[in-house]
Amino acid sequence: MKIRGGIMTENAAERWARAVFTVCAWAVILAVASITLYMIANGLPAVFKVGFRELLFGRVWAPTAAEPKYGIFHVILASLAGTVLAVLLGVPVGILTAVYLAESGRPGTGFVQQAVELLACIPSVIYGLLGVNLLCPLVYRLELRIFAGSKTHCFTGGANLLSASLVLAVMILPTVIHMSEAAIRAVAPEIRAASLALGASGVQTIFKVVLPAAKPGIAAAAALGVGRAAGEAMAITLVSGGSVNVPLPFESVRLLTTAIVGEMGYAQGVHRQVLFSIGLVLYLFIMMVNIALNRAVKKG
Amino acid sequence: MRARAIFLLLAGGLICFLSVCGRRTAAAPAEETELSGSICLAGSTSMEKLSNALAEEFMEKYPGVRVTVECVGSGAGIAAVLSGAADIGNSSRNLKAEEIENGAVENIVALDGIVICVDPGSRVRGLTRQELIGIYTGELTDWSQLGGDALPVVVIGHTAGSGTREAFEEILGIEYACQYANELSSTGAVLARVASTPGAIGYISMEAVDGSVIALALDGVEPGAENVENGNYMLSRPFVMVTAGELSGQGKLTRAWFDYVLGEEGRAVVKDMGLALPGGQEGRERGK
Repeated sequence: MKIRGGIMTENAAERWARAVFTVCAWAVILAVASITLYMIANGLPAVFKVGFRELLFGRVWAPTAAEPKYGIFHVILASLAGTVLAVLLGVPVGILTAVYLAESGRPGTGFVQQAVELLACIPSVIYGLLGVNLLCPLVYRLELRIFAGSKTHCFTGGANLLSASLVLAVMILPTVIHMSEAAIRAVAPEIRAASLALGASGVQTIFKVVLPAAKPGIAAAAALGVGRAAGEAMAITLVSGGSVNVPLPFESVRLLTTAIVGEMGYAQGVHRQVLFSIGLVLYLFIMMVNIALNRAVKKG
Repeated sequence: MRARAIFLLLAGGLICFLSVCGRRTAAAPAEETELSGSICLAGSTSMEKLSNALAEEFMEKYPGVRVTVECVGSGAGIAAVLSGAADIGNSSRNLKAEEIENGAVENIVALDGIVICVDPGSRVRGLTRQELIGIYTGELTDWSQLGGDALPVVVIGHTAGSGTREAFEEILGIEYACQYANELSSTGAVLARVASTPGAIGYISMEAVDGSVIALALDGVEPGAENVENGNYMLSRPFVMVTAGELSGQGKLTRAWFDYVLGEEGRAVVKDMGLALPGGQEGRERGK
């Protein structure tokens, strides 16, 4: 059989195809390179203007004061804390769900599978709206109970780090479940069979044999979850409160992403440039997570 | 036979259509049809409703003109008009000295009251100026100190750079001294958050207030167009449409816009929005 496109000869068609594929591949590289360049070009000026230490380790964020202060230390910490908390809450649930899907063989798995896929399709702003209307009142009730009678606590009305992390934890579930399930399914059946043949129970096999064997894949799942949680803005801008504070569970916080979304509209001059610097910090953070992820996958 | 009937019908229709068109052109005054192009307004989110209402009415009057309204915040709006990115900058506060130095000119089109609102479950109906300052600086933290049920006060404000926030803090003399539990980036978000959080207090533009929250009286004065106009309501501020340079030096479109906004029809729209008119010097002074 000959590969022919209309009047073209075999060779011409091959050459055309190669050109199209090359252009597509280069478009991706160009996109990544130009975004990187753009972020560095726009993010660096403010770093020099404000000073590296003042910007990254300053604790006061007062961009519109007479003597503006652009310290984003608490913002960076809040992003880290929010991401870590979300991963701590979301990843165990995700892994156990993946075990259920891959190992249980029960008739209900198809239904769970579909639910997970639906979860992945829900737009992030919907998560935010549900967070505001359902989660925040609950978290506020908890806050009222914990800090009852406290004179020093600044009540957040349920919009705080805990709410943001809970929303993020649910949002990273589909990613974590998919990746972990694939990793668990990839474990060779002989290993399972050997474990069972030696007299280990099903649960022992899962926790002592299958999960350790699938560890690189599960680590990759967690890393992808970190990337997703750190980069999310829309959902949590509604539930995180938005004040710059030390990131404790019941404090209103501003994260790297919500700082950009919340202030870009109002910002000008150095303030605007600093927001680009925040973007650069976020970009570098996610790049580092991705590089670590690639290393982990290669090792596995 | 049939073809001829269709032809006659089409011809008749065409004549009717042409005559209607002709009458239309003849009826409109010459100067109005001349105006065409686009005007770009950028600035305050508090002025969104007013700007959109004015823009719609203006475009109805001058069908050849397109008016676009971008809500990016007062500071950014002024910056946009000075850089030439917008024709008019909407600012919900008076101009700062450095903005005037850079050539911005203040054209006050309306007076707004900043309304203090609380969640619908609250029993409090009014506050004094001192109580309000106490709440926003973090000294008063429970509604029981203010004549309400024992419930923590959740202090909600706007993000830095918001015209509403700058005007609010400036009038009360508490610039950069506020302790916010939530800082939100739009008027709508503040309204929604106050409406849904027990014990919440927030401040928003008078025209944005709806039935989902309770508007408080300040020092016994109810917020409203009348009390803003006569200067009794303390939290009032101007709605400014900023131009780069004096009005007389503006392009034809921009001058037509201001003729309309500051004229009878524009003032009627302002009134419809529930805003006060910038009539007396008094209101102007209070805003500063």
